[in-house]
Amino acid sequence: MSILVIAEHDNSSLKAATLNTVTAAKAIGDDVSILVAGSGCQDAAKAASEIAGITKVIVADAEAFEHQLPEAIAPLIVELAGSYSHILAAATTGGKNFMPRVAALLDVAQISDIVEVKSEDTFVRPIYAGNAMATVQSSDSIKIITVRTTGFDDAETGGSAAIESCDFSVSQEQSKFISEQLSVSERPELTAASIVISGGRGMQSGENFVLLERVADKLGAAIGASRAAVDAGFVPNDMQVGQTGKIVAPDLYIAVGISGAIQHLAGMKDSKVIVAINKDEEAPIFQIADYGLVADLFKALPELEEAL
Amino acid sequence: MKVLVAIKRVVDANVKVRVKADGSGVDLSNAKMAINPFCEIAVEEAIRMKEQGSVDEIIAISIGPQVCQEQIRTALALGADRGILVLSDEQVEPLAVAKILKSVVEKEQIDLIILGKQSIDTDNNQVGQMLAALCDMPQGTFACKAEIKDGQIEVTREVDGGEQTVLLSLPAVLTTDLRLNEPRYASLPNIMKAKKKPIDNTTPEEFGVDISSGLKTLVVNPPAERSAGIIVESVAELVNKLKTEAKVI
Repeated sequence: MSILVIAEHDNSSLKAATLNTVTAAKAIGDDVSILVAGSGCQDAAKAASEIAGITKVIVADAEAFEHQLPEAIAPLIVELAGSYSHILAAATTGGKNFMPRVAALLDVAQISDIVEVKSEDTFVRPIYAGNAMATVQSSDSIKIITVRTTGFDDAETGGSAAIESCDFSVSQEQSKFISEQLSVSERPELTAASIVISGGRGMQSGENFVLLERVADKLGAAIGASRAAVDAGFVPNDMQVGQTGKIVAPDLYIAVGISGAIQHLAGMKDSKVIVAINKDEEAPIFQIADYGLVADLFKALPELEEAL
Repeated sequence: MKVLVAIKRVVDANVKVRVKADGSGVDLSNAKMAINPFCEIAVEEAIRMKEQGSVDEIIAISIGPQVCQEQIRTALALGADRGILVLSDEQVEPLAVAKILKSVVEKEQIDLIILGKQSIDTDNNQVGQMLAALCDMPQGTFACKAEIKDGQIEVTREVDGGEQTVLLSLPAVLTTDLRLNEPRYASLPNIMKAKKKPIDNTTPEEFGVDISSGLKTLVVNPPAERSAGIIVESVAELVNKLKTEAKVI
């Protein structure tokens, strides 16, 4: 049994999601290799080689892989697939984009968003926005899997695996990268933060998110939002926590002015401790909160900032 | 240009489903059903493209039991021109769905396929990408903006760090994210008119697609329950509890 993990990276650094994916891979078997496909991605490859207990790192360094467009990445993974029983990627917008393409080219099913490994062929994954957990068994010869990062701890580092290069190249004209508008923030990444404070429709405007920012600064927290807040244009889409946004499971999640729609709960209900601040005592969010505060957030947030 | 829109019948997004006691699945008896919200966005996008003059015909397709006709009718009422219902009483997994869609794409000479990025029941997020692979087409997934330009389509995608824009050659596959558009409501005259629009019935077998899957669901369990905690009276009490009881700050 050999397992290949597709690294999540931005060419210069490895993303934390890779560490969770490696932990999932290790729960399946011991022989885990990592593919780093990118352009000028040697630093990311080096970081991958430092994950403990890895067999090897394969680097495919070519211009075609720079933005990891699925039309280029999928044929590369298919080329390597013959040597592996399992191929895993994080269920991020990257992995979700190219992995089903790989599965279809290999004529096998994909197992999306696993949160638990039962055995080498049996996995648990949430369905219906996490309101049900399905245990699924795969009889396919090669298992294509995406991993929900909150389901697995970070893999340890401190290793020094061999780095091998792969000179497979792809030339495709079907898709072309045009541009990227990435949010720049000095706060921790939403999916990796140990404390997250999120705002919902109750925040009333984008400007009012400054109240959350002040609290976040005191706590070293990341800032999230409900779909309602994103749809209303208060904050950008990459802050959305929920079924179809980001899935987070921090030590502390503070939901402010969020009523608690099923779709939002799906993205945060595995947090260790949940705090809800809402002026509506009937809000469904209180049914899953460890600590609820029925209060006007415009009074409570400055008080909270003061008290920390 | 001809557009195929795939739609799925799912439980209404506001229904909180319960797992059946025998672990065989979720209980959908008497649950309100609807078009998957992302598929509704896909239908809307196709209609807008047609209104702008870049699309001539919209075909709405659904795979499932006979009742899926309701969702096809909804798409027709919104503005799709005709429907295809691929009848199957068994659950059809994403790879088989992609294979069926591929057959239709080839038969109908489709230029653009628009699908929801995921269905809110199985939460797979696979079909569009699989279809693109099988048809050897480029894919613009999780789209929040799409524009047809000189035989190509420029797609802005919602990604974890923000947004990414790519240019794809046509034919191509587009999957919708939440903010691509806001779907309209069907008007009563259009609902009446939709009753006269044709829906072709067919089966996976007619396309020669084997719907068996390498994936088997063994059991469906309810998630670990979270019980409600306590209501604190003040910010000071909250901070105190977080420090001394929960020990998270």
